[in-house]
Amino acid sequence: MGAWSKRLYIFLVYCFFYLPLLAMFLYSFNAAKYTTAWGGFSLKWYAALLRNNGLLDAALNSFLVAVCAASLATLLGGLAAVCLKRYSFPGRRALFIGILLLTVSPDIVMGISFLILFIACSVQLGFLTLLVAHTALCAPFVAVTVLARLEEFDEYLIEAARDLGASEAKALLHVLLPLSAPAVAAGWLLSFTLSMDDVLISTFVTGPSFEVLPVRIYSMVRLGVKPDVNALSAIMFALTLSLVLLAQVITQLRRK
Amino acid sequence: MERVPSPGASRFREASIAGTWLWLGLFALLPNLVLLLVAFLDRDTVGFFIPSLTLDNFRELFAPVFLGVLWDSIRLALCSTLVCLLAAYPFAYALAKAGPRLRPWLLLLVIIPFWTNSLIRTYALILMIGAQGLVNKCALGLGLIGAPLELMYTDFAVFAGMTYTFLPFMILPLYASIEKLDPGLADAAKDLGAGSLRTFWHSTLPLTLPGVVAGCILVFLPSLGSFYIPEILGGATNMLLGTFIKNQFLVAKNWPLGAASSSVLTLLLVLLAVLYRFTSQRAAGGYNAPLNARRDGE
Repeated sequence: MGAWSKRLYIFLVYCFFYLPLLAMFLYSFNAAKYTTAWGGFSLKWYAALLRNNGLLDAALNSFLVAVCAASLATLLGGLAAVCLKRYSFPGRRALFIGILLLTVSPDIVMGISFLILFIACSVQLGFLTLLVAHTALCAPFVAVTVLARLEEFDEYLIEAARDLGASEAKALLHVLLPLSAPAVAAGWLLSFTLSMDDVLISTFVTGPSFEVLPVRIYSMVRLGVKPDVNALSAIMFALTLSLVLLAQVITQLRRK
Repeated sequence: MERVPSPGASRFREASIAGTWLWLGLFALLPNLVLLLVAFLDRDTVGFFIPSLTLDNFRELFAPVFLGVLWDSIRLALCSTLVCLLAAYPFAYALAKAGPRLRPWLLLLVIIPFWTNSLIRTYALILMIGAQGLVNKCALGLGLIGAPLELMYTDFAVFAGMTYTFLPFMILPLYASIEKLDPGLADAAKDLGAGSLRTFWHSTLPLTLPGVVAGCILVFLPSLGSFYIPEILGGATNMLLGTFIKNQFLVAKNWPLGAASSSVLTLLLVLLAVLYRFTSQRAAGGYNAPLNARRDGE
């Protein structure tokens, strides 16, 4: 491939990725009710979202679940990464393979298996069931992210702390945690994004009393192109964009 | 270095190992075992399933209805996986060979769609391929077509949606495996007289096969399971596997059949995971290791 055709190809793939998102973003400011023509710049669709109480409730619910699930997942995933990196124990390999498999296992299978489990245990579908399922969804990603970071740094730093009399928990808290903080933070941010965006699992494990944003967006999207959906999607995209950028900044800054 | 575990260390160690096992047991193993169990139970219109063992649900998977769903799903998912692979490989290769200052930025531009909500990206695609979409507007404006193309609610729309949504999931694992390649290997092959094609076929491709398989897992399985893509872009023409499973749980209330049909996905995951292990062992042992050993010996 010539240098120019290579550049052109890269450019075209990025166009493929970003043109639809750009169109969605631009149309969200379109004053016209239908997306057939440009009717002038307007923020009215964003204002309409703010007046939609059901939507705001769903957004708040999603935010609550995402914050709690991301925190729990970070705790579980971080602990798992420490186990896998520092200790050797029977079944360590099986544990590692299990976590890797979880990161690629189809979401829909996770959704229906949790639904069956919750119903079999007669748990009411709602905040708690979502929290458990989303924690299970996110924790493997945190474990993999933190583990990748732990592979990079020196085991002897902890041994030094231990030799100086720190307990294992203290050594991990004061030496390992600060060193792996960027990966832990990135893991939290990515978990938050995963939870805020999840449709496949939430569809199954939430009940009518507890509506979440992605499921609500899905029911809106199925009705076709609407300007208020453009605005809502644009907001969701902006949220993901800023979180991913933040995660990147955190991990890249510390590495230098 | 020999570690002398102190009582404090072992307490934390035991607790964290136990916690991790508990997590995997409760959140992964238990739900999947229950799912497997329900696949062998009888359906019940009131309580979702009744405790009597049967193979009927798996027998129903061989009925023409389900085979038709499965065939349509696998055909579309395979097409999008193949197109993603063909489009992503040269892209990931170019990305891995880009200058060190530019590369993080180029990579970031792939990571952003990777993390953006797939549902929203699928929706954004309607703005492109819908009857009033940009593709039709541009083609009409340029005089390429006389009437708007009917792209939406077709198999093509679903295929385009899968390709658009999952392309970043193919690029990133491919990039990771290509970036790790030792450029000396390709040079060595060239020095030994191999052409570009031969070098690619005998050296580059086998070494990056783990990335290829990982990318295929990340595109193929979600293409089969993500019900929102065919439901948004395909309308109600053909039911695909994801929608079939979802309907058994939320509409038809035939949980045992839904559980049994989801076993197709789990089976495919296991097969692909084994393939991944095989290719990565081959890439690490069969090619890389002897060369590295020789270099280390010198």
